[in-house]
Amino acid sequence: MGLRTPLYQQHLDAGAKIVDFSGWDMPIQYQSLIEEHHAVRQHAGVFDVSHMTVVDVKGPQAKAWLQILLANDVEKLNETGRALYSAMLNDNGGVVDDLIVYRMQEGYRLVVNCGTREKDLSWMQARSRGFDVQITERPELAILAVHGPESIDRVCQLLSPDIAAQVKTLGNFRALEAGDWFIARTGYTGERGLEVILPEQDAPGLWQSLLEIGVKPIGLGARDTLRLEAGMNLYGHDMDETVSPLAANMEQTIAWEPETRQFIGRAAVEQHKREQATGGLPILTGLVLEERGVLREGLRIVCELNGETREGVITSGTFSPTLKHSIALARIPAGCQNCQVDLRGKLIPVRIVKPNFVRFGKKVFE
Amino acid sequence: MSSFPEDLKYAASHEWVRVEADGSVVMGITDHAQELLGDIVFIELPEEGAEVTAKAEMSVVESVKAASDIYAPISGTVIAVNKTLLDAPETVNSSPYGDGWFCRIQPANAAELDALLSADAYAKICE
Repeated sequence: MGLRTPLYQQHLDAGAKIVDFSGWDMPIQYQSLIEEHHAVRQHAGVFDVSHMTVVDVKGPQAKAWLQILLANDVEKLNETGRALYSAMLNDNGGVVDDLIVYRMQEGYRLVVNCGTREKDLSWMQARSRGFDVQITERPELAILAVHGPESIDRVCQLLSPDIAAQVKTLGNFRALEAGDWFIARTGYTGERGLEVILPEQDAPGLWQSLLEIGVKPIGLGARDTLRLEAGMNLYGHDMDETVSPLAANMEQTIAWEPETRQFIGRAAVEQHKREQATGGLPILTGLVLEERGVLREGLRIVCELNGETREGVITSGTFSPTLKHSIALARIPAGCQNCQVDLRGKLIPVRIVKPNFVRFGKKVFE
Repeated sequence: MSSFPEDLKYAASHEWVRVEADGSVVMGITDHAQELLGDIVFIELPEEGAEVTAKAEMSVVESVKAASDIYAPISGTVIAVNKTLLDAPETVNSSPYGDGWFCRIQPANAAELDALLSADAYAKICE
């Protein structure tokens, strides 16, 4: 038996198929992954993501420390409630994890991946020596992600009129604290929606109320197809400690200015930037297969660079329920053309596109 | 719970066959197989007239989750193919023993049918 979120019984009640996910017993799907996917693109769905790790950072040097720990700059969080996506790098400029950091009324809140929990916590502890900060994991909190065009209205139906009014006008990447509930306009689907971080004892009630007003329960299977359609990276697949953020489509998340901010990994990623300028760093690209077949993680890509044959690899691939054909993220040498995928020994042409396939229910690439 | 109709025979590799009055057999994949695969999005079927060999690959099913080889339950000649699956592969999820049939095979050696499993024996494998 694995670890269980406070919603385990609710998942069984909703007919979930349970799988092991980094040591947690999690719902992969309820009835149909594709129907769950469409429910989020067209209406509203709720995901239990309580397995993710919430870490609160407080203390007089919380900001100064996060400016060293993260490749993005928390200086950008110039108001309470603002959120920022960032990589946490190692000294070689590899990605220890990707995370969201929120500015709270007091201190900061980080939400990191569940599969990297222990590594992240020990990395943070080790790198906090000499800083006056308190790093506190919050395992007693649950997280419900509610996403889809109708999601915000649905959640607001369940909130007090005062809080609902504030949530309705919340901007993207903004959050608010309502007592011991934390409500953020962030997510991993490419749709409008909210992530609600709340005490575990409140989670079953919110879950049940959402289901009763027509929000569908969504498993981790559809979470993966939704994030991939949105072109969002999955840690451990599209990037890890051996991959530069510059080779993982994360360049926009590195705050290079001010040059005096010596975040961990800075020297290494500056070197990667020089390598990138001479074409020496691979890229993470989008791929599209419009004929039959499904691109899968690990499949070999054969492409051409200046008349020479080069190779790459698919880091995430799936069937896109919205587009009704396969899409993938792949790491290939910069400047390559004429990509083909090795599908069971047959080379099939695939199209290179920007790694962003679907936003707000619509196809976004040419 | 998966269903295991009594009137069918099964291969341990999760295909079913139904023997028709004219001696040909209709085959598909089991309810248990479609549950394991999840939402099916593409199916590659053999051509009509193709020769298939028992326990050899005859078809590929792709679900959102995985690609899976489908094996011929018996040797013979493919005499009909369910072409509706090319555009509506999800039929296999909704009706694995009915509208989701794969193809009809004229057996080369009807004795091979005896080697297939009963519903009870196959259900035990799936436990």
